Amino acid sequence: MDGGAILETLRARFGAALTDTHAQHGDHTAVVDRGAIVDVLKFCRDDAHLGFDMLSDLTAVDYLKYPGREDGPRFEVVYHLYSVPHNHRVRLKVRVDEDDPVVPTAVPVWPIANWLEREVWDMFGIRFDGHPDPRRLLMYEEFVGHALRKDYPINRRQPLIGPRT
Amino acid sequence: MGVGSFFTSKLDEAIGWARKYSIFQYPFVTACCGMEYMATACSHYDVDRFGAGLPRFSPRQADVLFVVGTISHKMAPVLKRIYDQMTEPKWVVAFGVCTCTGGFYDNYATVQGIDTIIPVDVYIPGCPPRPESVLDGLMKLQDKIAVGAQRY
Repeated sequence: MDGGAILETLRARFGAALTDTHAQHGDHTAVVDRGAIVDVLKFCRDDAHLGFDMLSDLTAVDYLKYPGREDGPRFEVVYHLYSVPHNHRVRLKVRVDEDDPVVPTAVPVWPIANWLEREVWDMFGIRFDGHPDPRRLLMYEEFVGHALRKDYPINRRQPLIGPRT
Repeated sequence: MGVGSFFTSKLDEAIGWARKYSIFQYPFVTACCGMEYMATACSHYDVDRFGAGLPRFSPRQADVLFVVGTISHKMAPVLKRIYDQMTEPKWVVAFGVCTCTGGFYDNYATVQGIDTIIPVDVYIPGCPPRPESVLDGLMKLQDKIAVGAQRY
């Protein structure tokens, strides 16, 4: 299925929950309302024509100092979906604000989201509501802050941790 | 100087001479410097000429700790524990710029020099260091061992 048709299918099914769509260089993107993201992901996986059976990536972007985006929602959680039988892709985005950085978890839809969401929590401090194991993935428990946020100082040093007893 | 002190100083010298040619190293290899470490250890550069040809993969049987490669904050407690498990006398070699100063990993994840965790005797800079500079560092370490200079 061609990318424009994928976006048309999603728009026909979810209507106003798709706040924005765009395409650039053949990559089609839909910006989805936070409350509808799990339904959209389920639909993408289960619909026979879409058939997105793979969540190839789940990550986030911090738009704190991005030109033109300073006063919009600070974070964007990005889902990259791929369909092995149809060989097509789509990108879904959810915008979340700094005051309330919570997104419903995608683990029931794709188990691979477990570690990816833990990484996003670790690096950006975006919580995933309903996640079965919401610990840090890369950094250690004693780490303070979230390292990939744009306001994390590059020369900030964390206290060294001693051997666990 | 009496006869007794003459005898002990000569004994220390003999022990130092024996120790510097029987280095049992523990290679703590975490990153790409390990390749250069292997090149140095193998027959072409032949670290065995200096009596350091037998790495012991147990810290309890080693007396020189080679820290080879980037040490992250998450790895730091492990390195400290390995160092604590070694028996005295023990020496530490920081191999490559990452272990010496953190190198270009000036970021949230990397220890900025292992001397913030454990004492270091010889620093070998380079990214990675050439085998020649590794051998130079090893010979400097031998000089320290021979006179019994330690930092622990």
